Amino acid sequence: MTSLVTSILTLLAIVAAPLGIVGWAVAAYNGLIGKRMETQNSWSQIDVQLKRRYDLIPNLVETVKGYAAHERETLERVTQARNMAVEARGVDEQARAETMLTGALKSLFAVSEAYPDLKANQNFLRLQEELTATENRIGFARQHYNDVVTQYNSALQSVPTNTLGNTFGFKSAEFFALDAGEAADVRRPVAVRF
Amino acid sequence: MAAATMTFHNLIAENRRNSLLLVVLFCLFTAIVAVVFGLAIVGILDPERLARLDWTQGLLIGGIGGGISLLISIIGYYGGDRMILAVSRARPIQHADDPELFNVVEEMAVAAGTAMPQVYVIDDSAPNAFATGRDPQHAAITVTSGLRSKLTRDELQGVIAHEMSHIGNYDIRLMLLMAVLVGTVAMLTDFLWQTLFWSGVTGGRRRSRDDSGGNPLALILIVFSVMLSILAPLLARIIQLAVSREREYLADASAVELTRYPLALASALRKIDDDPEVLEVANRGTAHLYIANPIKKFEKRAGSAFASHPPIKERIRRLESLIR
Repeated sequence: MTSLVTSILTLLAIVAAPLGIVGWAVAAYNGLIGKRMETQNSWSQIDVQLKRRYDLIPNLVETVKGYAAHERETLERVTQARNMAVEARGVDEQARAETMLTGALKSLFAVSEAYPDLKANQNFLRLQEELTATENRIGFARQHYNDVVTQYNSALQSVPTNTLGNTFGFKSAEFFALDAGEAADVRRPVAVRF
Repeated sequence: MAAATMTFHNLIAENRRNSLLLVVLFCLFTAIVAVVFGLAIVGILDPERLARLDWTQGLLIGGIGGGISLLISIIGYYGGDRMILAVSRARPIQHADDPELFNVVEEMAVAAGTAMPQVYVIDDSAPNAFATGRDPQHAAITVTSGLRSKLTRDELQGVIAHEMSHIGNYDIRLMLLMAVLVGTVAMLTDFLWQTLFWSGVTGGRRRSRDDSGGNPLALILIVFSVMLSILAPLLARIIQLAVSREREYLADASAVELTRYPLALASALRKIDDDPEVLEVANRGTAHLYIANPIKKFEKRAGSAFASHPPIKERIRRLESLIR
């Protein structure tokens, strides 16, 4: 009787242990896949916001032209920076182009301070709000991307998930890093007024 | 960061579990009440019949009571957000109606990595805000026009981030079910008192001619109503426990994780707290949804024992301490 119970328990242990390990592996693997998907997702969210910014800029340039035609140099710089950012390939080039564009926009809004008519223009105000919001969203999308990357990477590096990650060739995701100048900007209150 | 993420996921799981628990307890409670009072009614109207009843009939009554409350819970789960918005006289707005507000909400949705909630406005000069819905895909953020006009963009962002945190961690689901189920009990109490009033005034006189004894049905209703009236503050207490101070503190902290700017939310809270106006459309069923207690006049008179929100001064202090 006792031997029967023992053998049943042994059998159960022999069957249950591998099942448990396999069950854990499947759950952990799916967890990693889900987190990796999330990093890709939130990366493409940044692109969505960048695209919105590119779409707003021609409108802004046209509106400003109507009031401040002789600020040609500033306007051209904005247009040029935008086109460069649109055509930029690769993370580094893109980041540089974006920094340039942000700077060009800042000087455009600084210049517009001198034109009261322009500042009272509804269309200009609307575009200014949309651009402020889009810049904020770009920042928040990058922040979210980094949060998600942190989650994914720490899952990938912690025991025992790391064995699984190594076996199936998961690679840790890269953080979005700002260069020193832009990083200092970000540490200031988020909604920057131009 | 990893530790913080874990707590966040635990919180979501806890809120989902508590929502389910709330519905189960509510149905069970109604079922028991239905059985007890069903039997009491039979016993008083026809004592001989009570002896002949078997347990299947009791089970049937309980099943009907439980079934009805399950139905109410399901309706509340899927449509409760619209009920709350309608009661609060909130109207939906689109991007063109208020681009800045809409943009701020979208910024916070991007920061939280969730779907864009719907945006509603209440036309009331008292500054306040709340979020409702069953999950992040079906959520709405409501602000009063007073909040809109009295806060700067950064302060507004802080408040919206607070609401977005309630959405992201499923606080909204639990709060929604609370509002619907407690609201149902409150409605039932009102209905019973009204029935009592009508039977006492119109039926009572007619019966007094041919019937020397009191109306047994009215007696049952009186007992039932008194019991519910005793129960109502108890339910309010349960809400208070659910809307624990920790929940609001946590939403403040998560809001800062989104905006990285604690001072803006602190200054928004101060403005909301200093404002003397009372939000007309808020009632006891919806007060716990708001970022700051909308019926604060009452609260100040009643003292902190009835406070459904943590003191704003303490929330501000904690936010300010986040700046290193």
